[in-house]
Amino acid sequence: MNIPEDLKYTKEHEWVKMEGDMAVVGITDYAQGELGDVVFVEIETVGETLEKDETFGTVEAVKTVSDLFMPLSGEVAEKNDALDDEPESINKDPYGAGWMIKIKASDLSELDGLLDAEAYKGLVEE
Amino acid sequence: MKQTPFLSIHKSLGAKILLFAGYDMPIEYSGIKDEHMAVRNSVGVFDVSHMGEIWVKGPEALAFIQKVTSNDASKLEPGQAQYSCFPNGKGGIVDDLLVYNFEPEKYMLVVNAANIEKDWNWLVSQNSMGAVLENASDRIAQLAIQGPKAVDALQKITSVNLAEIKYYTFVVGDIAGIDDVIISATGYTGAGGFEFYFYNEHAPTIWEAVFQAGKEFGIKPAGLGARDTLRLEMGFCLYGNDIDDTTSPVEAGLGWITKFTPGKNFIDKDYFLKQKEDGVTRRLRGFKMIDRGIPRHGYQITDAEGNEIGIVTSGSVSPVLGIGIGMGYVKKENSAMGSQIYISVRNKKLKAEIVKMPFV
Repeated sequence: MNIPEDLKYTKEHEWVKMEGDMAVVGITDYAQGELGDVVFVEIETVGETLEKDETFGTVEAVKTVSDLFMPLSGEVAEKNDALDDEPESINKDPYGAGWMIKIKASDLSELDGLLDAEAYKGLVEE
Repeated sequence: MKQTPFLSIHKSLGAKILLFAGYDMPIEYSGIKDEHMAVRNSVGVFDVSHMGEIWVKGPEALAFIQKVTSNDASKLEPGQAQYSCFPNGKGGIVDDLLVYNFEPEKYMLVVNAANIEKDWNWLVSQNSMGAVLENASDRIAQLAIQGPKAVDALQKITSVNLAEIKYYTFVVGDIAGIDDVIISATGYTGAGGFEFYFYNEHAPTIWEAVFQAGKEFGIKPAGLGARDTLRLEMGFCLYGNDIDDTTSPVEAGLGWITKFTPGKNFIDKDYFLKQKEDGVTRRLRGFKMIDRGIPRHGYQITDAEGNEIGIVTSGSVSPVLGIGIGMGYVKKENSAMGSQIYISVRNKKLKAEIVKMPFV
């Protein structure tokens, strides 16, 4: 299972990568494996300002549907439109082409509450 | 929990294992879509050893089966199989099943894993004529080898001429040197192929031989996930989703296995006949999503004004079509082919259209 060292993680299996004050967000390799083939991602919150842990969208796999949660508070600044045509990117490249949204983070101190790679590894190996 | 004789193989292949009907079963190996397409285009193998097998024997065998099943088993010649259901005495369905005619006094009923005990108890309670019943479920393993390349692959490991086994017929023959395998041209995928029934101890030998034979066709193991999407694309009912103790075969579009033939008297015959003559209030229908979205079991179906007109019983994405498809009970007045309906997905009403099944 791929858990890059340079990312932050949530207990709900989102990953976060900071680019300045923008947080790029997706779901982890573990999460895509548990979901199975992703067929559809629905994100209709672009432009909205949401609190940490609020739902920013849903991901539909063949067998199941799952909510997506804000790892940080802020404005949903952008979504990955390429997922409309290639939702399978989430399975193939969860940390790259499978990114989901960019958040303009409103409180960077929330980053301290996220898991590092080692802590996340511990979580999924429980 | 129970396990099939293939469990260690599934684990070694890295399958995702989940508890289903009391059994540890493989849900997927390489991915549902990949497995689905392997079955549609070439060949895939399902472990369906969890299914139940009940023998019905003796002079009263046929009379008993005629009483407890809705289809007309008197039409079955030895070597033929038939899809059927057990009516529950209240206008619902105990289970759906296959009836195999081996000999005039020897039949096999193949039932759903989740219902083995319930079916057994029901059958025993209805056996007023004294047919000989035997539950062989724990001793018999089953593989479904499905897909257009199944015949070519499997022909290499049997002396039986597989091309001669017509759909819904079977023979007892050799597979990989095992002599008494039931080779049945059945399956629940719509892709063609066979189901093999054999004793548990032969499981590793047969698995190995099947995969060796299928290698050149890219044979793949397939899990219950792909089994579900394959049967849904064909519009086949799944017990517990589309049919259950509260649905009648007439409502479910299973009129074709509900035979009101003179001389065949079965449980709920009068009730179903009245439904057929008077009409039902709801029908099981297939629908395709027009708006983007995936229907799921339990989602509400509404009309354009938002009035509830039905409920989704099965739904998924169709790997072949690439869109959401589903089945559900819809009020009769809203159930015409081509009707627009709406599926309540989370907080939205998504447009869908009632279509004829199969979907592919």
